[in-house]
Amino acid sequence: MSEDLIKLTDLSFAWGEKVILKNINLSVPRGSVVAIMGPSGVGKTTVMRLITGQWVPTSGTVEVAGQCVSSMSHKNLYKMRRNIGVLLQNGALFTDLDVFENVAVPVREHTNLPEALIRRLVLIKLESVGLRGAVDLMPSELSGGMARRVALARASVLDPSLMLYDEPLAGLDPIGASTILRLIRDTNDAMEMTSVVITHSVEDMMELADYAYIIASQSIVGEGTPEELRQNTDPRIVQFLNGAIDGPVPFHYPADDLHQDLLG
Amino acid sequence: MSKSNSNMDAISKPLATLGRSVLFFAQILGSFRPDLKQLRAILGQVYFIGARSLVIIMISGFFVGMVLTLQSYVELSKFGATDSVGAVLALSLFRELGPVLTALLFSGRAGTSIAAEIGLMKATEQLSAMELMAIDPVKRVIVPRFIAGVISLPLLSMLFNLLAVAGGAAYAIYIMGIDSGIFWGNMVASVEFQSDFMMSFWKSLAFGIITSFVAVFSGYFTTPTGDGIGRATTQTVVVSAVAVLIVDFLITALMTWT
Ligand SMILES: Nc1ncnc2c1ncn2[C@@H]1O[C@H](COP(=O)(O)OP(=O)(O)O)[C@@H](O)[C@H]1O
Ligand SMILES: [Mg+2]
Repeated sequence: MSEDLIKLTDLSFAWGEKVILKNINLSVPRGSVVAIMGPSGVGKTTVMRLITGQWVPTSGTVEVAGQCVSSMSHKNLYKMRRNIGVLLQNGALFTDLDVFENVAVPVREHTNLPEALIRRLVLIKLESVGLRGAVDLMPSELSGGMARRVALARASVLDPSLMLYDEPLAGLDPIGASTILRLIRDTNDAMEMTSVVITHSVEDMMELADYAYIIASQSIVGEGTPEELRQNTDPRIVQFLNGAIDGPVPFHYPADDLHQDLLG
Repeated sequence: MSKSNSNMDAISKPLATLGRSVLFFAQILGSFRPDLKQLRAILGQVYFIGARSLVIIMISGFFVGMVLTLQSYVELSKFGATDSVGAVLALSLFRELGPVLTALLFSGRAGTSIAAEIGLMKATEQLSAMELMAIDPVKRVIVPRFIAGVISLPLLSMLFNLLAVAGGAAYAIYIMGIDSGIFWGNMVASVEFQSDFMMSFWKSLAFGIITSFVAVFSGYFTTPTGDGIGRATTQTVVVSAVAVLIVDFLITALMTWT
């Protein structure tokens, strides 16, 4: 048994000819909050999809709880995912269900709890994100921050042991952002979870994370505790942390050819 | 994927789509579990489809019945055979027009909204979110819509026939002044249960499978953008229509020759 809940070893990923990630080595210790940072389009969401087994690495391995994700059967993959909560970039709430039913979806699917208990469970989760009062609203009636919090409640309603957050702060006002940050830390510590937070915003993450990886130009250019990273003198890291546009890391990624990739 | 030139694409793309369709169809059948959750979802979808299509099916049926009667009355009167107008109406409806027109209307109304709905769920990552919650989107989203479509089309087709007969009867009896006893008597005498009535049923079942499958396929495999969703709805109507008309001929040929 390793102490790492997630372990990526020599991981590479490409869309056809276009290499997104190259030789990534990354581990997430149990109980910690680990940040994966890097500029937009560098492949952070890709890392998340590789961890959850939605995509398969071109080479290298992904291990979650000691099991190799890419060689899992469909059934085992789904079994593993029951223990993972994912907050997608846009929340991805079900637009045809109200807030209550959205949060209830995983419960209804994976348990046979009686209705009264489902109601309690969902309301407790909504209370913990401060949205018990919004229980009857439809997703279209929510602000961006509220939708994100409902999605957070939905992702964590079955108390998974691993939470993955994809850009949880993007597009939020400062109050909304700090609310989410606090929720991430609180749920992680209260539930003895492990959390991976994917983000391009530096400041908040340096506050939240126990450990951080910085991805740039296909590979990890720096890692460490926030303190270590701040003291690091590698120009690529200094550039990223200070948000300088020009520097050793080219922030302009080659224009992608998504269209041709999908049709070709 | 390896590099391919445009010549290869012209052959490999349709082949890839065909292969993908076969796999997807097998996946849908494999994900069909008549458990309580899925049955409830299927019923809900039948209700939705019904709500979306009932009115246009009924109105169209009524008017098709009237126009068929009018047209055949004009021709039949040249031979003094206007009494058989009821028979002509029923036969053309049951054998051809009922299932075909219902299928075309169905794909235009319900099929497009199913494709758009699924495409939108894909574009907004709702399908991806389901996968991540360990919920199989094929099982929960695709199968209920597909099965509901397959169930609904024969029912809608029957309703179309019913309304068309009503429309035709109304026109023949009240406007053309044909004796109602003769009208109905001729109609009942000429329709055979096995070859006419069941032909209607088999056709609408086949069309239900085709139009529903094309709708869920177009939505599920669309490029997840607004433009992609637009193309998925267009594709639903066009592919459904062509496939329905081809299969209509094949079934007719098969059932008349055997
Ligand atoms: N389906 C796809 N086909 C081809 N390229 C893709 C696809 N999805 C994402 N990409 C490319 O992968 C790269 C990384 O994307 P992503 O992981 O979403 O970046 P990030 O989350 O860091 O912003 C981007 O350059 C993007 O264009
Ligand atoms: Mg991303």
